[in-house]
Amino acid sequence: MSEQTIDLKKRRFLTKATSVVGAVGVGFAAWPFLSTWKPSAKAKAAGAPIDVDISKLEAGQLVRVLWRKKPVWIFKRDEKALESLDSEDLIKNLDDPDGTGNSKNQQPNYVTSNFRAIKNKESVAVIVGVCTHLGCSPTYRPEPGAADLGGDSWKGGFYCPCHGSKFDLAGRVYAGVPAPTNLVIPPYQYVTDSLIRIGVDQQKT
Amino acid sequence: MRIKLKLIVGLSVLLFSVNIFAASKVHLDHANTDIFDEASLQNGAKLFMNYCSGCHEISLMRYNRIAKDLNLTEEHVAKNLMFAGNKVGEAITTAMPEDGAAKWFGGVPPDLSLVSRSKGTDWIYTYLRSFYDDEERIFGVNNTVLVNASMPDVLWSLRESQSEEEFDQSVLDITNFLDYVGEPAKLIRLKLGKWVLLFLGILFILTYMLKKEYWKDVKYGIWRPRD
Amino acid sequence: MNNKQSWIDQRFPLSKVINEHLAEYYTPRNFNFWYFFGGLAVVMLIMQLVTGIFLTMHYKPDAEYAFASVEYIMRDVEWGWFIRYMHSTGASAFFVIIYLHMMRALLYGSYKGPRELIWILGMVLYILLLAEAFMGYVLPWGQMSFWGAQVIISLFGSVPIVGPDLLVWILGDYAVGDATLNRFFSLHVVVIPLILVVLVFLHIVALHHVGSNNPDGIEIKKNKDADGIPKDGIPFHPYFTIKDSVVVVGFLWIFCAVVFYAPALNGYFLEAPNFIEANPLKTPEHIAPLWYLTPYYSVLRAIPPLFGSQFPGVLGMFAALGVFFLLPWLDRSPVKSIRYRSPIYKWILGTFVISFIMLGWLGVQPVTPLYVLLARIFTTLYFSFFILMPWFSTLGKTKEVPERVTG
Repeated sequence: MSEQTIDLKKRRFLTKATSVVGAVGVGFAAWPFLSTWKPSAKAKAAGAPIDVDISKLEAGQLVRVLWRKKPVWIFKRDEKALESLDSEDLIKNLDDPDGTGNSKNQQPNYVTSNFRAIKNKESVAVIVGVCTHLGCSPTYRPEPGAADLGGDSWKGGFYCPCHGSKFDLAGRVYAGVPAPTNLVIPPYQYVTDSLIRIGVDQQKT
Repeated sequence: MRIKLKLIVGLSVLLFSVNIFAASKVHLDHANTDIFDEASLQNGAKLFMNYCSGCHEISLMRYNRIAKDLNLTEEHVAKNLMFAGNKVGEAITTAMPEDGAAKWFGGVPPDLSLVSRSKGTDWIYTYLRSFYDDEERIFGVNNTVLVNASMPDVLWSLRESQSEEEFDQSVLDITNFLDYVGEPAKLIRLKLGKWVLLFLGILFILTYMLKKEYWKDVKYGIWRPRD
Repeated sequence: MNNKQSWIDQRFPLSKVINEHLAEYYTPRNFNFWYFFGGLAVVMLIMQLVTGIFLTMHYKPDAEYAFASVEYIMRDVEWGWFIRYMHSTGASAFFVIIYLHMMRALLYGSYKGPRELIWILGMVLYILLLAEAFMGYVLPWGQMSFWGAQVIISLFGSVPIVGPDLLVWILGDYAVGDATLNRFFSLHVVVIPLILVVLVFLHIVALHHVGSNNPDGIEIKKNKDADGIPKDGIPFHPYFTIKDSVVVVGFLWIFCAVVFYAPALNGYFLEAPNFIEANPLKTPEHIAPLWYLTPYYSVLRAIPPLFGSQFPGVLGMFAALGVFFLLPWLDRSPVKSIRYRSPIYKWILGTFVISFIMLGWLGVQPVTPLYVLLARIFTTLYFSFFILMPWFSTLGKTKEVPERVTG
């Protein structure tokens, strides 16, 4: 008599239903815990956009600022440097000169491909100074032809002391060095002609 | 079982009726605050920033959190609530120097971030409406809730320009805003709570049915024969 | 699957452990409401460990930053408020569960032989848990954290001769300060939890060795069938794993109702003055420990100072805890369960429970002559329960204990 009262199908169904709903519950409960690892409001506030006054920036000069706890270089390139960035002499040595290959996602779409700067403001470069290899900060070596960096083939740029990666004055990586991609260009905009805001994209015009 | 139930009910009544720290002898008016009343919160924020924030910080609060929670744009907050030069992500602090404050008021005006949690909303609501003239005091006013308060009656201009009801509403809005500031997460938790309980309710029913099903074995002695 | 199992089993007794503790752990089938709380206590321990680990990732054990870092968790850390409320509500919930768990032992004589060691391990766990909760309450560094710590720790200063030196040693300073906070943090998040986990393990191992008691206080192992399985036992898995799941979900419902709708529970779980940062210059009007400590706090206040020393009160407070350890040997009744004890025992146990609750209530009240008198009466009743137990536990006529479990 009693055996008949047990419905194995019902039992299996209930086991499955309870397990599924329970697992969903565990998933819901896990979310808040994992979320606590996201940047807090404090970290976000500290990582807010920063303004940099470039009115006193001279050609060849480089200033470093901290944005989101990372060094950002702001430096001015003279006519000669800009010319060299466009020269075949340099481009042939680069891994991804126009930023369409490996380095597709290393810059916002509103910077020009050769100078990697906002149009009509090409002389001033804004680059995150973190090597794309393992995160060291490369040193500024603007002098063309430096003997220790390859003599004539060196057109000026950045050299990473950790593993020898080389970048040009637009942060583009040389071919055959450990770093896989060009340096990152952060989102930035001109608030006025002499005030750059790092961390906010240029408004569409 | 009946006794157990009575005990539980009795304890709960005791628990919820007596707040052990509400030992204050002063009568406090009930502040009928509602942190879901957005208009009241917005008005409270405006009044707070105009009348209170010159001296009192709410340094645990960020401008952009207020913008988000009170449904204001960051631009609006920046223009209407913020001191110049601050960023929207920053905490709401005052520019008053501490030693100056000590000289002018006999002490640094307290940070009000948590006043609604330490003193309660009724206290804030009653306190702000309990100033009376007292020539003995440095600012010419005294307070029935906080005797010899070293704070001037900053809302006097409101009190004069508004009717009694309007003034009570203004104070209630400030109280409401401070209630929100005391625990911004209250907005989320009160909204989320019912969904969590609903989910657990469903899970409870399922688990209970599963238990009923399995325990049939025990009831009918099937898992193995009893004797 | 089978292959894998045997691979592990050759190297580790996995199947054996699972069987012994789940599928072939035979549990009395007549467990009632009072048997919910052991499993719930384990769930609670896990919850406190997990939420605590995540809180530790954001909290700063520094007198300068501690208070702000808790509010940082409440506001700036995503979902931090939820985890903090789970932890703070969890502390109180843990004690609700533990007190009911202990009540079960008192009702059904679970502490009596052969379960004395389970009881002793449980009592050590309970005392460690009180210490754990007390130190945890210091961490937010609010007014109650600070002054509660000040009051409780200064009790050690009343120990004769070494008191003052002991006090300074515990504090690491001349008053509660950064050093105290820092060491309490270490004890709260590392030392005590580690010991708790080990002791819980031992508590369960000992329990599974002798087998669970039940509302009838009958040893089910005395009545086995031909296969050596207790006739009144059912396998823990699936029957009690499923039943306990129902209990856990039901508990979580109540727990979440508190977390989402009343996390401060009117000052019982989070005290209002603790939302003011610790200030060594300003004592709150009224200092009371959290509710789970108040019965002992009452005992402390009830015992008058002797020769100007608070020490008797301190001794009384610790004696109130310590005397629980002797229960297995004080109780000389031939039966375990309340169901078969004499009516006089039921009245006396009832009086004890009321005394305990009243002491708890008095612990949050201000000191008035009436309350002091009441605290003294209930303290006397409290200790009488233990002191007189060898005598009254044999009094009156017990009912006959049946052969097999009922219900």
